[in-house]
Amino acid sequence: MLNPDIVGRTFTSANTFTVTKESIIEFCTAIGELDFTAAPPTYTIKISLAESEVLLKESGLNWDRVVHGDQKFELHQPIVGGDQILCSSTVESARIVAGNEIVTVRSDLYRSSEHVASSWATLVSRA
Amino acid sequence: MGYFGLSRMSIFVTGAEIAPKNFIINRELLVAYANASGDQNPIHQNEAFAQSVGLENVIAHGMLTMALVGRYVSEIAGSGAVKEFAARFVKPVVVPASTDVELLVSAKVLAIESNEMKIEITASCKGVKVLSMAKAVIAIR
Repeated sequence: MLNPDIVGRTFTSANTFTVTKESIIEFCTAIGELDFTAAPPTYTIKISLAESEVLLKESGLNWDRVVHGDQKFELHQPIVGGDQILCSSTVESARIVAGNEIVTVRSDLYRSSEHVASSWATLVSRA
Repeated sequence: MGYFGLSRMSIFVTGAEIAPKNFIINRELLVAYANASGDQNPIHQNEAFAQSVGLENVIAHGMLTMALVGRYVSEIAGSGAVKEFAARFVKPVVVPASTDVELLVSAKVLAIESNEMKIEITASCKGVKVLSMAKAVIAIR
């Protein structure tokens, strides 16, 4: 059952995520991207989905029925190998539409005090 | 940082169609993407499991489709020039064993402002749209 009280709750990871050059090369190679100098636009999903899992589990979404509904990225600064990224996630909305439970989590990514990217993941647990 | 092609950008006008591109999705790519992204959900690799949860076959990660579309946008924009990128996953990309599934991606220029260009992207497999409301904002430097 979806817990509506989850809206507004924030979770900040205790540790930073280390972006290795190797992980950028692996990600680029998988998708056929030839420019390894910076993380591709969707690379941060590696960080944000894992870090927001705590909130998503707390939200009460039926995990077995979850599909990815929407995804959005705002990219302010390139993310490169060696970056230490801190992720802070907040539940922006939790609602039920036609029996489907829909949760949107915003994740803000920081390198020290610099805000490098934000992403929004909307997950849907189908009725 | 890669070269940002201002001269290429200058050929774009509002309403212009951007050349389409085909991407191949197959089981090998699903394994490579699972390893690179960390998303090892078996619905993207194991046919029996996928069918046990009601899918017709293994499906691609939505984020893999978005990553390939992201590559298309990066090739238009130049490295580091993609400022916003969003999509809704409307249909799964079904990937049978030993099959190359074609993802056809194209885009249209929605608006050009002094320092950015907005594009609307279409992504389809076998004529069926797999993304909707797919948009990107590209910096013009």
